[in-house]
Amino acid sequence: MDYLDLTIIKAKELLSQKKISSVELTKYYLERIEKYDKNLNAYITVCTEKALNAAKTADEKIANGESGALLGIPVGLKDIYMTKGIRTTAGSKVLENYTAHYDATAVSKLKNAGAVIIGKANCDAWAHGSSGENSDYGPSKNPWDTTLVPGGSSSGSAVSVSAGFSLAAGGTDTGGSVRLPASFCNIVGLKPTYGRVSRYGIIAMASSLDTIGHFTKTVEDNALYLSVTAGKDEKDGTTPNIKVPDYMANLKKGVKGIKIGIPKEYFSKGLSADIEIPIRKALKKYEELGAEIIEVSLPYTSHAIACYYIIQPAEVSSNLARFDGIRFGNTRETFGPEAKRRIMLGTFTLSAGYYDAYYKKAMQVRTKVIEDYNNAWKKVDVIVAPVSPTLPWKLGEKADDPLAMYLSDVFTVTANIAGIPGLTVPVGFNKGLPVGIQILGPHFSEDKLYQVGYAYEKETEFWKEKPNL
Amino acid sequence: MKIDVKHTAKLANLPLKEEEVKKFEKQLSEILGYIEELNKVKLENVQATSQVTGLEDVTREDTASPSLPADEVVSQAKKKHNGFFEVPAILDE
Repeated sequence: MDYLDLTIIKAKELLSQKKISSVELTKYYLERIEKYDKNLNAYITVCTEKALNAAKTADEKIANGESGALLGIPVGLKDIYMTKGIRTTAGSKVLENYTAHYDATAVSKLKNAGAVIIGKANCDAWAHGSSGENSDYGPSKNPWDTTLVPGGSSSGSAVSVSAGFSLAAGGTDTGGSVRLPASFCNIVGLKPTYGRVSRYGIIAMASSLDTIGHFTKTVEDNALYLSVTAGKDEKDGTTPNIKVPDYMANLKKGVKGIKIGIPKEYFSKGLSADIEIPIRKALKKYEELGAEIIEVSLPYTSHAIACYYIIQPAEVSSNLARFDGIRFGNTRETFGPEAKRRIMLGTFTLSAGYYDAYYKKAMQVRTKVIEDYNNAWKKVDVIVAPVSPTLPWKLGEKADDPLAMYLSDVFTVTANIAGIPGLTVPVGFNKGLPVGIQILGPHFSEDKLYQVGYAYEKETEFWKEKPNL
Repeated sequence: MKIDVKHTAKLANLPLKEEEVKKFEKQLSEILGYIEELNKVKLENVQATSQVTGLEDVTREDTASPSLPADEVVSQAKKKHNGFFEVPAILDE
């Protein structure tokens, strides 16, 4: 069989039946990376030896009858996850030669579940960006058209899953950095509820917005992965003691009677017809499947980017203050232009005399954005919305216009401002390029998002379409 | 809003080249111009939200547990002395 058609669920089945081994599977992906990644630039570091050793250990465990949620499954990780003994750059030259001293909680959980870490994926430096072009290691390319961006900031992670370099990949989502690249690469991406997955050991971007998400080919795989990473962590005070549900339990229940909200502000003049057409089609499909479509209003949407681009750089400037070249890493002039811009912006809005005019105001708007969503949840179970206002853009197109780049986050940042979860699911193609929707829900409603996403995926199976490398 | 790039860079301990100062003056002013639209929003008596978890005063048991060994902690510093980080002097004699 062709390994390219594998999902995590299918691979686990074949591994347990001993029809394939984890070493074979890992070698298959390593060879694909070797062959195709020169063009795509998904990986900053490939962990060939460590991955093969981990795969060998997984095969021994399988032979002994042991099991694990991700036993023997090759996974890529955004290079912002601390991985003990492996170079961890955050996509920045500041950490060019930095080797992590310890594993992030998400990494130890993945390892404990048997996952094979295949490499460290490229990303916008410090996760600052919507296209992947802010990486100090060169941009990743979109596997569907290598003249286009794959979306960022978790660019390499999305490319890895889309191009068949791994069965899943870890990312982070502070303003859309999982959902946007998932939608540009025809894969499934989750931004969990703030606090659902521990941020310990993930290099911090904006601490009140950062969430630790992941990419998979299918919704079912995605739910399985979350069941590994979710949960309270003593090392991250923002992870509440809320039970992690069985994400597989309600997955296949369908959407009959589910109320899907459509935010009217998202279907405005800012939304390209290229995106709107496939999304309208998807909504029609949901109606056929028995869901009820209800228009809702999120009036503060139009202020979300301004709010986000105050709060986020403010927190960035504070988090990046620790990189002084003294304890580890290179000195501060090594920061790339986007990191410098955000440090400057954040330092300015927090500086004496400006706090009330910017940061305080943004925190008040944050309250209004949260109220918007809370009002919507009185009427609907979930919200379905576009992810990006346009199809993937050309490499270089927005590189010299930071504001234009920021505005591409217009539909994704509100979920981070409110701390709610969002799941990107492919809904088809336009002009040969992938289009995705995001399914948003109240805090800790990931199981509901998976249920809604699965119903559509099962009917359409767009995930089976693969790019021609 | 015009931003004093040199002063802000000093606050941020961020060395900038002359051409960066010029570029950032323009780009940051554009961005600030955009985010100032928030001035139009009526926000009297609206509470500020600084975090979304609702959790407060999260503590753990105050028990000792192993940390990273000191030699490992300093292993990636460019300058170290007897197991300590060596830092630039901030006070003159």
